[in-house]
Amino acid sequence: MEELIEILKDIDPDVDYETCDTLVEDGVLTSFEMVMLVTDINQRMGVSIAPEDILPENFSSAKKIYELIQKSRGE
Amino acid sequence: MVKNVLEYLEASEAGFPDKNAYMDKNGKITFGDLGDRARRLGSFLARKSVKGKPVAVFMEKSVDMILGFMGTVYAGGFYCPIDVTMPEERIRTIFSVLKPAVVLTRESDREKVAKLFSVGDSNTDTDVIIYEEAIQYQVNVSVLNSIRKRSVDSDPLYVLFTSGSTGVPKGVVVPHRVMINNMEWLEKEYHFTSEEVLGNQVPFYFDVSDHDIYSVLKFGCSMVIVPPEYFAFPVKLVQFLNEYKVTAIFWVPFALCMAANLDAFKAEVPKYLKYIFFAGEVMPVKQLNYWRKHLPDSLYANMYGPTETYVCTYYNLDREFRDDESLPIGFPVRYADILVLDEKGELVEPTEDGSESRQGELCARGCTLALGYMNSPEKTAERFVQNPLQKGWPEIIYRTGDIVRYNSRGELEYLSRKDFQIKHLGYRIELGEIETAAGAVQGVETCACVYDMGRKMIVLVYSGEEISKRDMLRALESKIPKYMLPNRVLHLEELPHNANGKIDRKKLEGMVV
Repeated sequence: MEELIEILKDIDPDVDYETCDTLVEDGVLTSFEMVMLVTDINQRMGVSIAPEDILPENFSSAKKIYELIQKSRGE
Repeated sequence: MVKNVLEYLEASEAGFPDKNAYMDKNGKITFGDLGDRARRLGSFLARKSVKGKPVAVFMEKSVDMILGFMGTVYAGGFYCPIDVTMPEERIRTIFSVLKPAVVLTRESDREKVAKLFSVGDSNTDTDVIIYEEAIQYQVNVSVLNSIRKRSVDSDPLYVLFTSGSTGVPKGVVVPHRVMINNMEWLEKEYHFTSEEVLGNQVPFYFDVSDHDIYSVLKFGCSMVIVPPEYFAFPVKLVQFLNEYKVTAIFWVPFALCMAANLDAFKAEVPKYLKYIFFAGEVMPVKQLNYWRKHLPDSLYANMYGPTETYVCTYYNLDREFRDDESLPIGFPVRYADILVLDEKGELVEPTEDGSESRQGELCARGCTLALGYMNSPEKTAERFVQNPLQKGWPEIIYRTGDIVRYNSRGELEYLSRKDFQIKHLGYRIELGEIETAAGAVQGVETCACVYDMGRKMIVLVYSGEEISKRDMLRALESKIPKYMLPNRVLHLEELPHNANGKIDRKKLEGMVV
């Protein structure tokens, strides 16, 4: 989770990722950030996220993204 | 001969009165209603004597905004799209250059406009018109007819603001004839029909959108605004394109790359797409090849042209390209001509022996040119200049600042810029504008921006008091649009300087990229 928060902080340091569950609604994750995020998760955490899982509901909060990473890892 | 874009609207209104012209997430409008409401709005605006004057259409991107454009044109004025999400300081700067006769806005944004005008006194002659009230007005046919009778195709149609190197955006004034010529060319080159459905991507203050808006009027086809949030979610995007049976898109390369980078077509492809046009920045071939692999039967075209020339060259992809090759910008469209001029002002031509030509600056001439920059004769004179090859009579060409050459096939190829302008996410940005904004942040002594082409990131480097990235971005976001905000912010004790005392940008680039 810590590594994910670091990646997210690189995208926008202004957000409280522990509590925010409106990352998509608030425009924190637009298309530019989404490509950065998915690429960084792949490169830094070694996890490939399937395109069909790139849905707003899976990216609404750091917790949700972390759950998706775990699912993608097969955990 | 068409001399006003409203002739397209009226022809489509007569041919397809009940067909949807424009659609967005909140609704849709038929050609019949579009014509009727635009004439009501035009009649209202005509009372404010906007003929030959700018009207700022201050709204969220929507079908209503397009109606605002058409109403303005009916009244003989020209429109300037201002997105309500732009930073207030930038809107004020734009208003101070534009000096709009009228600001047209929705009831819901009335307070925002009032706040904009509460600071400074440069726009005291501006009327604020509420859109919902104005479209109820009675059509005044005789007034609209008399305005149309005196219109010519060199009358301004719209003004779009682009980034300015000194921090002040430049307003590019584009006449009707540019759009009319483009539409006539599109018809001959691509045979668009009334069956097309265009999937609109870019903001209305970016001229790539004008292709969509005016194709609808010219061909009697339909346009749907793709919700911006879908560009982050590839599966949703493809579903949306299929739901609306979108046949043609004109997007910035970044949007196409997003789909490729996120492997958007793994499950489903946009199956109705026939035309895939792109412009605004260099399209990476690797990502384009992803599209071509999944949609091999679509027609792909690389369009080129700054706002000052609209689309002035194009290249239809008619052969395979390797991932590491660059795409040509091709050949002039039929209403334009291109001159490549070297440093001495001499003409560069394709070589006869099939080798690459010398480099030069791409200059455009013909019916593709904007009229100049709004209320800025000095900036206009810098870029819209006499053709140095034409000694016999006055002929204006536009110097783009883009360095190009002819490749071995005689196709134009973009190489670089003469100045510090960049293309980021499809937007044209003068790094100087970001530097001006950053230089004004308390604690910053000197600063410079460089562009990391590889990672597609704007890097701001500054000296002075150390400021957190969060505080720097917070200070900048009130002055410049979100797409201009630096992706990286670096503090240095001192920026490198060259022998002349200027910031050594090459060295800086080497240090941070």
